[in-house]
Amino acid sequence: MFALVANQKVVRDWPCFGVVLGGSFLPRGGYTVLLFKMQFMLLFSRQGKLRLQKWYVPLSDKEKKKITRELVQTVLARKPKMCSFLEWRDLKIVYKRYASLYFCCAIEDQDNELITLEIIHRYVELLDKYFGSVCELDIIFNFEKAYFILDEFLLGGEAQETSKKNVLKAIEQADLLQEKSHSA
Amino acid sequence: MSPSVPLQEMIRAIRSARTQCEERGVIQRECAAIRAQFRQADNGGRSHNLAKLLYVHMLGYPAHFGQMECVRMIASPRYSEKRVGYLGAMMLLDEKQDASLLITNSIKNDLSNSNQYIQSLALCTLACMGSAEMCRDLAPEIDRLLRASNSYIKKKAALCAVHIVRKVHDLGELFTKAARSLLTEKNHGVVHGAVVLITELCERNSETLERFRKTVPDLVQIMKGLVISGYSPDHDVAGISDPFLQVRILRLLRILGRNNEAASDAMNDLLAQVATNTDSTKTVGNAVLYETVLTVLDIKSESGLRVLAVNILGRFLLNNDRNIRYIAMTSLQKIVGTDHNAVQRHRGTIVDCLKDQDASVKRRALDLSLALVSASNIRSMMKELLSFLSSCPPELRSQTASGIFNAAERYAPSQRWHIDTILHVLTTAGGDVRDETVPNLIQLITNTSELHCYTVHKLYRALLSDISQQPLVQVACWCIGEYGDLLLRGECQETEPVQVTEDDVLDVLETVLQSHMSSPSTRGFALTATMKLSTRITENVDRIRSIVSIYGSCIDVELQQRAVEYNALFKKYDHMRAAVLERMPVIEKNSQGHINGETIKESQTVKVKPGEPQQPPNQVCDLLDLLGGSEQPLQPSPALGSTAPPMPVSTANTVGGDLLDLLGGLEPTPITPVATVTVYEKDGVTVTLSCEKQSDSGLTVTLTASNSTESDIRGFTLQAAVPKSVQLHMKAPSGDSLPARGAAKVTQMVVLNNPNKVNLKMRLRISYTSQGSAVQDTVQIDSFPGLGQ
Repeated sequence: MFALVANQKVVRDWPCFGVVLGGSFLPRGGYTVLLFKMQFMLLFSRQGKLRLQKWYVPLSDKEKKKITRELVQTVLARKPKMCSFLEWRDLKIVYKRYASLYFCCAIEDQDNELITLEIIHRYVELLDKYFGSVCELDIIFNFEKAYFILDEFLLGGEAQETSKKNVLKAIEQADLLQEKSHSA
Repeated sequence: MSPSVPLQEMIRAIRSARTQCEERGVIQRECAAIRAQFRQADNGGRSHNLAKLLYVHMLGYPAHFGQMECVRMIASPRYSEKRVGYLGAMMLLDEKQDASLLITNSIKNDLSNSNQYIQSLALCTLACMGSAEMCRDLAPEIDRLLRASNSYIKKKAALCAVHIVRKVHDLGELFTKAARSLLTEKNHGVVHGAVVLITELCERNSETLERFRKTVPDLVQIMKGLVISGYSPDHDVAGISDPFLQVRILRLLRILGRNNEAASDAMNDLLAQVATNTDSTKTVGNAVLYETVLTVLDIKSESGLRVLAVNILGRFLLNNDRNIRYIAMTSLQKIVGTDHNAVQRHRGTIVDCLKDQDASVKRRALDLSLALVSASNIRSMMKELLSFLSSCPPELRSQTASGIFNAAERYAPSQRWHIDTILHVLTTAGGDVRDETVPNLIQLITNTSELHCYTVHKLYRALLSDISQQPLVQVACWCIGEYGDLLLRGECQETEPVQVTEDDVLDVLETVLQSHMSSPSTRGFALTATMKLSTRITENVDRIRSIVSIYGSCIDVELQQRAVEYNALFKKYDHMRAAVLERMPVIEKNSQGHINGETIKESQTVKVKPGEPQQPPNQVCDLLDLLGGSEQPLQPSPALGSTAPPMPVSTANTVGGDLLDLLGGLEPTPITPVATVTVYEKDGVTVTLSCEKQSDSGLTVTLTASNSTESDIRGFTLQAAVPKSVQLHMKAPSGDSLPARGAAKVTQMVVLNNPNKVNLKMRLRISYTSQGSAVQDTVQIDSFPGLGQ
C-alpha cells in the first residue's frame, strides 16, 4: 500500500514531520492536512474487463495492474443491495453499477462519498447524452471519446465544469475542430 | 463525427477471438502493423494508429513503444493528432518516465496557442501527469492564464494550479492573488475552480489561511445566492442549484472556520439555513447536508447548530438508503468522543444496524456500538453484542470478541456477570479470541473466590457439550484441576446441583487428552489438571497414575516431559506431592511485554559506563551470590517467588530437578513469546523491533539497537515517521551510546495509535557517530510482527 500513496505521501507527508526533539514529534505547520482527492477512476464490466482507467496519481504500470486486479475482484464480489462505499487499503472506494458496467472511484480519506456518487452519475449522464442512450458497446468501440468526455468534465481529479450543457457544448466544438483538422 | 474505422475493425477482430491465445495472435499482428506505421513518414492515419495502440494498452498488453509517437503527435499542428497524442501521453507516460520531460516544451507552446481547445489539451495533461519539474517550469504560464483569458480557460487553469501546488508546495505563493480575484467571477466553473484552489492553498500554508479568512463573507454570499435563488436550469440537479459548488464552498468554510470564533460566527446563519432548507429526499440533497454537518461539527459552532447537525445524522440513520446510513455512522464515530450524549440518543438505531445485511454497515455499527457502551447500558448492550457475535461475519469476530472483553472489563456490574459473559464469548467464538484471553480469564476466576464453585460447575457442563473451542477447553481443564473438589462436592448455591463422580471428571479430562480436536497446549492443560486432581480426589488415584504413566511415552515432547515429571512426583517425591499441587494463590496482574523490556534496561544501565567504578552490590545480591550466582549483580526478577502465569514453562533443566523447576513446570499457561524482527543490519549496527498490541488501535513498539563492531558508538538516535492518520509518541530512549561488541543495548519505546486502522508502516532514521564520522541511514518497516498484517 505504501507504494500507492508513497508518491503522494512522500511529497506531502514525510517532509511534514519535523525533527525528533527528545522523543517528541513536531509536525510542520501544526495542523493536519485534510485529504480530498480523487486518485483514480475505473470502469469495468461484470466479467472484470477494464473499459476505462483514469489515474490521477503517478504509479508504475505494474502497480496499476495490481491495484486494478485487486479492486475489480473486491467490487465484483459485492452483493447487489450492498452499500456503495467500501474501505480498501487506506482509500475509500465509491462504486455504482449502471447496466453492465461498474463505475468505480477511489477517493481519499476526508472526501465526501455522496458527492462522488453524484460525480459518477453526472459522467454517466454526459455519456448518455453524447452517445444517445449509451451502452457498454459504445464505450468499447469509442473508448477515446469516453476519455475526451471525461477530460472535459474532470481535470486533475476535480470537477471543472458543473453545467452539463457547457461540457457537451465544449465536446461538440472540439469534435468539429477535429473534423476540420482531419479533413484538412 | 466519423468513427475511426481501422480502430473499430481492430476492436471487432480482437473481440471475436475465441481464446486468449487467438487474441494474443491478433494483437501481436496489429502491434507489428502499428510499429511499421510509426516508422513511416507522416501519413493520414497516425491518430488512428495511436488510438489502436491505446486500446491494446488498456487490455493489458505492453505499449511502451508508443511513447515517442505520443511525443511526436503532441508536437503536430493538427488538432486531431494532438488530441490523441495528449491522450496517449496521459495513458502511457507518467512522471517516472524520462520521455515525459520531452513534452514539456510542447505543452508550453500549446498553453499560449490561440485556439482554446488546444490550450485545454495542454492544461488537462499537465494537471493529470505533470511532474514537479514540469510544474515548476510552467507555473508562471498558468498564473498568466489565471489572470487573462476567457472563463473556459480560467477554470481549467485554476485546477491545473491545484495540481501544481500539490506537487510543489512552495509555488502556492504564486497563485494566491489570482485565486482571490477569481472568486468574484460569475461563471460557476471558474468560481468552483477558484474555491478548490483556495482550499488547497489554505491547507498548505497557515499564513495563506489567515489571509483568506477575510473571504468568508464573500463565500457566504455566494452560497446564499445558490441556496435561495430560483431555478437555474444550467446547474440544477434535482432541485439543488449547483450541488458540486455548494459542497466545495462548504468545505472551504470548514477549513476557514476551524479554530476561529469570528469566522465560525460569520457562517453560522448560513449553515443553519442550508441545514434546514436543503431537500433531503434525493442523494444530491443529502450530499450537501452531509457536507454541512461535517462543517458544523468541525468549526466552533454554537450548540444549537451542533444539535441540529447531530439530529440530521440521526435522520440519516433512519434513511432507507444504505449509503446514507453508512455515512451517518462514519460521521457519528468521529464525534462519539466529544458529543457522547448526543450520539447516545441514537443508540437504539445504531444497534439495529448491527443486523443489517451489508458488511460495511455492520462494521461501522460495531465500532459505534462499542464506543457507546457505558456503565448504565452495559447489560442491554452486551445482550445485543453477544447476539451479534453469534451471527456476525467471520472477519469481524475477533474485533467483536475483544470489544466485548474490553467493555466487560470496564463496566461489569458483577463478577458473576463478567465470568458468564466471557464464557458465553468463548462458547460462541472461541476460535477468534486473542491469546491472552486464557490467562486473563484464569486470573479473573482465581480472584473471584466466592464463585469458584459456580464457575467450575458451569465450565464442567460446557466441557461436556463441546470440546472443540480450545480457549474454553483450556480454561475448563484448569478450573477442574484446580477446583475439582468443589465440583465433586455436588452442592452449589448459584447453580443447580449435579451429581458428579470422580470417574466422570476423569472421563472428561481423558476425552480432552485423547481428542484429535485438542491442540498440544490444551492437552498440556488437561494432563496437568488430571495430575492436580490426584490430591483432590480420594478413590481413583491409581487411574490418574496410569494415565500419567501412559503419557510418559507420548510422541509430543512437551506432554512426555510433563508426564515423566509427574511420574517422578508420584514415585520419588510423593511426600511433596500435596504441597506442590495445592491450591493456587491469587495471581498478580503482570504485563508480559514489560518484563522483557525491563530486564534489558536493567542489565544495560549497569554496563553503559565501563570506565566508572563498579556499583557496590546490595544486600540481595550478596544473598544470591551465596547461591552461586554470576558476577553480574542480579536484579531480583519479578517472576521469582510468585506464581504469576507469565513465567514461561521451563524445559531446559533436568527432570525431577530442584524445587524451583518443578514449580515452573507446573505452570500450564502457554506463553506466546513477543515476536522480534530485525529491521536494520548494517556495519555492525543491528536494530530489532518487537511490538505489542495494547488496545484495538494502540500499539507499543520496542526498538532495540546493538553494536557488534570493535569500536563504541556515540550519539545514537532513532527518528521515526508514520503515515498521516497514525499518531506517534516516542518515549525517551534508554541511552545514546552503544558500546562495542554488543556489550549493551539501547532500547526505545514508541507508542502508536492507529484509529483509522490504516496499513501501518514506519520509516526509521538511524543516526550515530562511529570512530569520529557521522553515519545516517533510513530504513522502512512495512510489516510488524505479531500484528497479522
